[in-house]
Amino acid sequence: MSDLAQPAVYGTEGEDTVWTERVSLISLIPRWVSMTLLLVAFIGIWHLATSAGIVSPLILPSPTETILDLGFVGRGLLSGNYMLAAFWVTTQEVIWGFVVALVIGVSLGILVGETSFGERAVMPYIVAIDTMPKLAFAPLFVAWLGFGITSKVALAAFISVFPIVVGTAAGLHAADENARMLFKSIGASRLKTLLKLKIPTGLPQFFTGLKIASISVVSGAIAGEFLGGGQGFGELIRVAASQLNTPRVFSLIIYLSLLGLSMFAIVSWMQYKFVFWHRTDNGVRARAGH
Amino acid sequence: MRPFPVIQTAGALPRPVYELTNVSKYYRGGGIVALEQVSLSLRQGEFHSVIGSSGCGKSTLLKIMAGLTPPSKGRVMLSGKPVLGARPDIGMMFQQATLFPWRTTLQNVLLPIEVRDGKAAAEAARPRALSLLELVGLKGFESVYPSQLSGGMAQRAAICRMLVSEPDVLLLDEPFSALDEITRDFMNMELQRICLERGATAFLVTHSISEAVILSDVVHVMSARPGRVVQTIEIDLPRPRTLDMATLPEFGRYVSTIRNLLDKGAFL
Repeated sequence: MSDLAQPAVYGTEGEDTVWTERVSLISLIPRWVSMTLLLVAFIGIWHLATSAGIVSPLILPSPTETILDLGFVGRGLLSGNYMLAAFWVTTQEVIWGFVVALVIGVSLGILVGETSFGERAVMPYIVAIDTMPKLAFAPLFVAWLGFGITSKVALAAFISVFPIVVGTAAGLHAADENARMLFKSIGASRLKTLLKLKIPTGLPQFFTGLKIASISVVSGAIAGEFLGGGQGFGELIRVAASQLNTPRVFSLIIYLSLLGLSMFAIVSWMQYKFVFWHRTDNGVRARAGH
Repeated sequence: MRPFPVIQTAGALPRPVYELTNVSKYYRGGGIVALEQVSLSLRQGEFHSVIGSSGCGKSTLLKIMAGLTPPSKGRVMLSGKPVLGARPDIGMMFQQATLFPWRTTLQNVLLPIEVRDGKAAAEAARPRALSLLELVGLKGFESVYPSQLSGGMAQRAAICRMLVSEPDVLLLDEPFSALDEITRDFMNMELQRICLERGATAFLVTHSISEAVILSDVVHVMSARPGRVVQTIEIDLPRPRTLDMATLPEFGRYVSTIRNLLDKGAFL
């Protein structure tokens, strides 16, 4: 080996130029730890605020009271008493409301997203109705459908149908120009283009709409119970609030949130299953070079 | 059967595949002239390019040839039949690979067959698709999803999808312009190899002069507003072309001729 043949090598002498990048402290802790810490801090402040007498216990119950009541309601639900019956009523309203919203929302979404008639004539009305305060329709639903479960299902469906319509329609519009041209060039019929291009391309948008709907459907059912009576959890909350039993209101809301959370979880799981190609989106994408 | 006289005029020449006669395209009721009186003919086994600055109507021309959009005037004939819509004997390729992420590479390649003739036909075409994937060097990637393919690999899969229905003619709309230059050169040579192997007839839209010269038998130079073919240049370089030919003096002459034409067209 000849020394002359060696190309010049830089940096052979002197020290390495290793330096440290600034990293925020919070990103060094695992997520669950930071979440737990925040919760503990929140409950701590809550506890201090109530025990120091800054806030009246009628307005804000102490964390201890709330946790005790959570246990009470939980035992009630497990023993199958009136609370479980009420929870079941609300659950039924939520599920039926969601199913009705899904059927109507997807049908309207396809009408709006796929046909020019829907896009030009129907869509403006959907937007117009969407901007209305939808809860104001509750008395109408009660007048039409009575004080039973149906009027609550109707309100829940009415409130959650719009994100599904918008998500479906936006999804059907999501296929880009190139993809449409490709399908046109291979002579695909309208139905084939819908089934093999537009629907799969639009699934992410559709599921986004579905997620929003899965949360608002619970609000719809509860609002229906507030305004139209009934035997659900909304009624229990109303009664507890009228008795100034704030710990009960808090614990009922927390159990209700479990209902919304499970709806959301089911939809998210379905999205994970069906839109499998979006899972790796923030992961490895070897699209860079050849 | 007596041969059709117009087609058989020069006996030695192969038959024309595409024949465009005075094709024009207007938008907004004639206010905007996208294409004016474009006539060209593409013979069996030839590789033609159309080159021009962006907005000169070359993509419109390709869409009209593919039957994706109708001409306002003029006649487009393919294999003796008028083009009145999308045709199964045309294979197309776009700037983006446009592979669908919910389909594996093989399923993407088989898409045109599946859409046109159903799942059973697609299943029957599997061996052909697999051999095409082997031809472009994607053997072993057939069950991989597009997110795991690089840009160049995705375009190779798109080549296979274009070829799987065994079209008579290939229409290429800047197929490699989204790739980096090193990959693009390589893919152009691959394209030439595939075209030569299959005796394919191809029509390429590009805005790269050297790409047009290295690949084509004939280059049509277009000017903008109104979009028309200002000159048709035959490239007389031996086949197969290599990247090294870019250093030949003839190559340089072709490039500068085309560049001069484009400069003139651009400032008219």
